[in-house]
Amino acid sequence: MHNFINKEILNWSAFYKIKVEQSKDERLKSFYRAGMYHDETKLSDIDFVALDFETTGLDSEQNSIISIGLVPFNLKRIYCRQAQHWYIEPEDKLKENSIIIHGITHTDLNGAPDLLHILKPVLAALAGKVVVVHYRRIERDFFDNHLRSLIDEGIVFPVVDTMQIEADIQDAQKKGFFSLFKPKKRQESIRLGKSRERYNLPAYPPHDALTDAVATAELLQAQIHYHFSPDTPIKKLWL
Amino acid sequence: MEIELLEIKNFISQYQPFDQLPEEALNEVVKSIEISYFRADSMIIEYGHKIHELYFIRSGVVEIYRRKGELYNRLDQGEIFGQMGLIANNKVRLPAKAVKDTLLYCIPESIFYDFCERYEAFSDFSEVEGTIRLKQAVEDNNDDANSLTTSKVKKLLSRDLVMLKSTTSIQDVAKVMAVENVTAALINDPTITDEDGNNFVGIITQHDLCAKVIAMGMSVDNPVSDVMSTELMSLDHNAYVSEAMLMMLRYNVHHLPILKNKQPIGLIEVADIIRYESQNSLLLSGSIFLQQNIEDLVLLSKQLKDCFVRMVNEDANSHMIGSAMSEIGRSFKQRLLELAEEELGQPPVPYCFLALGSMARDEQLIVTDQDNGIILDNSYDEALHGEYFEKLSKFVCDGLAACGYTYCTGDIMATNPEHRKTQAQWEDCFADWIDNPNPQALLNCSIFFDLTGVYGRVKWAEQLNAFILRRAKKNNRFLACLARNALNRTPPLGFFKTFVMENDGRHNNSINLKRRGTAPLADLIRVHGLAIGSQSQNSFERLEDIIEAGILPASKGQDLQHAMELISLVRLRHQALDVESNIEPDNNIEPENMSEFERRNLKDAFLVLSNAQNFLKYRYTANKM
Repeated sequence: MHNFINKEILNWSAFYKIKVEQSKDERLKSFYRAGMYHDETKLSDIDFVALDFETTGLDSEQNSIISIGLVPFNLKRIYCRQAQHWYIEPEDKLKENSIIIHGITHTDLNGAPDLLHILKPVLAALAGKVVVVHYRRIERDFFDNHLRSLIDEGIVFPVVDTMQIEADIQDAQKKGFFSLFKPKKRQESIRLGKSRERYNLPAYPPHDALTDAVATAELLQAQIHYHFSPDTPIKKLWL
Repeated sequence: MEIELLEIKNFISQYQPFDQLPEEALNEVVKSIEISYFRADSMIIEYGHKIHELYFIRSGVVEIYRRKGELYNRLDQGEIFGQMGLIANNKVRLPAKAVKDTLLYCIPESIFYDFCERYEAFSDFSEVEGTIRLKQAVEDNNDDANSLTTSKVKKLLSRDLVMLKSTTSIQDVAKVMAVENVTAALINDPTITDEDGNNFVGIITQHDLCAKVIAMGMSVDNPVSDVMSTELMSLDHNAYVSEAMLMMLRYNVHHLPILKNKQPIGLIEVADIIRYESQNSLLLSGSIFLQQNIEDLVLLSKQLKDCFVRMVNEDANSHMIGSAMSEIGRSFKQRLLELAEEELGQPPVPYCFLALGSMARDEQLIVTDQDNGIILDNSYDEALHGEYFEKLSKFVCDGLAACGYTYCTGDIMATNPEHRKTQAQWEDCFADWIDNPNPQALLNCSIFFDLTGVYGRVKWAEQLNAFILRRAKKNNRFLACLARNALNRTPPLGFFKTFVMENDGRHNNSINLKRRGTAPLADLIRVHGLAIGSQSQNSFERLEDIIEAGILPASKGQDLQHAMELISLVRLRHQALDVESNIEPDNNIEPENMSEFERRNLKDAFLVLSNAQNFLKYRYTANKM
């Protein structure tokens, strides 16, 4: 089975069933119990949830999550009413430079819960839905690593990565036969803001987990309108 | 923790009607929003489908269509649509399509209905159709402008205040007044201060010096405090000129100290008020007749702009300003004709000098060219009298040009022999236009259907008008041709922040409010006016006749009145602003220089015009009885 970028993928639905049995943590058990879509499910039938983490750095071994934003959506609508946002007490010292980046200060995080305390509502919001992120290294790796250190058990789930989609589209355009005759096109930026511009989506101030989650959801809606169809099976997109 | 979708909240709170909502209501809206992306060229809502949401455009461009697919409106960022469907039984009345990639905020109907009940600003904005909004805009404008821009006394203050100590001798006071060239001075006593921190104790005027010093034989070495008036009347600098006038009359004083924050900042005197009133349009047109030659008339014509600006600032409506400017224009013509006859001698045959177009309609503004002609007596003989009227016409048209009424580019002027005809020739000419209409021939002559006599046998102009009305009223072919020509100039579809959107999707940087607004309105009103035989020439007066005749669908006549008034007002206001900033005024306006208020309401007004043009198209067809 191959997805859009020709990588082997799991049969997620079957994988979740095994995980229900294997998981020791009740919260993870119920997360997996919610199940996952079959590979052939059409995009129009899928409930997504856009997820964004703001972190103290890029290394999931060293750095911490400081805020989580998420918003559920589908091909037609992004539901602001169900949007959620948390600040989290970081495990490492909040570095000055990430304060500058995120605009989150120590005061914001004073008294913020640690990840363990909000794990239940976060997992409940994600359960049964396909997680959508822009650059999966952050959300998937941080989540997995942090859970390993907190409850000695990681987490694995399929994600749709809007940044990967953008990269693949650019590769596909470059590889087209006629492009051999065209001057070499410079790689366009596939960062969130730049990617959104190509779909005429408005510019948002960056580095707020919830705004970024909404921005990612909008971007996926736009990408599907441009490059896929509501009937495209989810296996083409998820990783 | 309360979820803050700050980005969305900040955005919608910039736009009507959300900018009027309290914080908690805004939060409620934001939470209820569902976001949806539409790619360019995809339908958003289709005719007849169910609708349960109000749509707010976050980015992109949306076109709204009529049922038959005609373009109705084009909306961009910050505008809403769908409210008509929500009000009309949840059926989409006007389908909408994204014409550029569009991001929409969908607001559930429950919020819409609830807010319409709870917040007046919300229901006013959302529920009303464009035409009602337009009416409100015209009415609100009148209210606001009254309280804000009617002239204040501070406008009259022109020279510095002269303030002298009460111990100064009468002679020294008189010397200072002579040097400063003032007729009065304020007197203070530095040793005392009242609760407002003031120490002025009196006023001395020329009249005091005369009545109390010279007449009484008082020594001029005495201190001024012996003769000054101590019963001080004063006015705040924000008082209206009319209040100052009333106060002077009531207390029989000729000078009034003007205070700002209770401190004197100047004196106004009767002469200031007279000078101010002299910009009054009636006085201006009156003084035109006192000028003895063209040079003096040209000098006087420079006041025209001040007079215009004053009327705009005093919040006269467009009909008042149009009438006043036309009256002044007529006065210039009349005086020039008197001067011409003084120079050329008595006319060999009687004649009537005609004003055509905007002056005849009483709709002249400051940027205007001259359109005129002459009706000659039927005994006119080209060989005998031709030279006289050629010279007369040249004298008047050159004089008008010197006074700022530029030559007509279409050569519709009395200097053109084509436009000097005898009574009988004019009747034949109009009869031919009306009986054998052809759009091309009528294209340039619609202006002749607004005519009025300004000098000489003005009765002849009335007779000619009556002739035209009798002839035109029954002639469907003629009306159809005129109607077709009235559709030549169309309004734009709307405005974006920096450009005008044309019906075919082209962009322009500016719009000519006359060519695209008031002129096509006047054109279409003229067609209806001729159809019902209205004797009026002014568009507003014609509209009243038209409404009374009942040939328009209900309330459409009133809509046209509001549209005409609004477009005229914007045009007036921008011309007045140009004059005030020493820019040559014109009829062009750039959307960048419009307020949000003007943009939105102009758009509504243009929609009214566009609809009225559609109506005209089917109302006057050649074969209709």
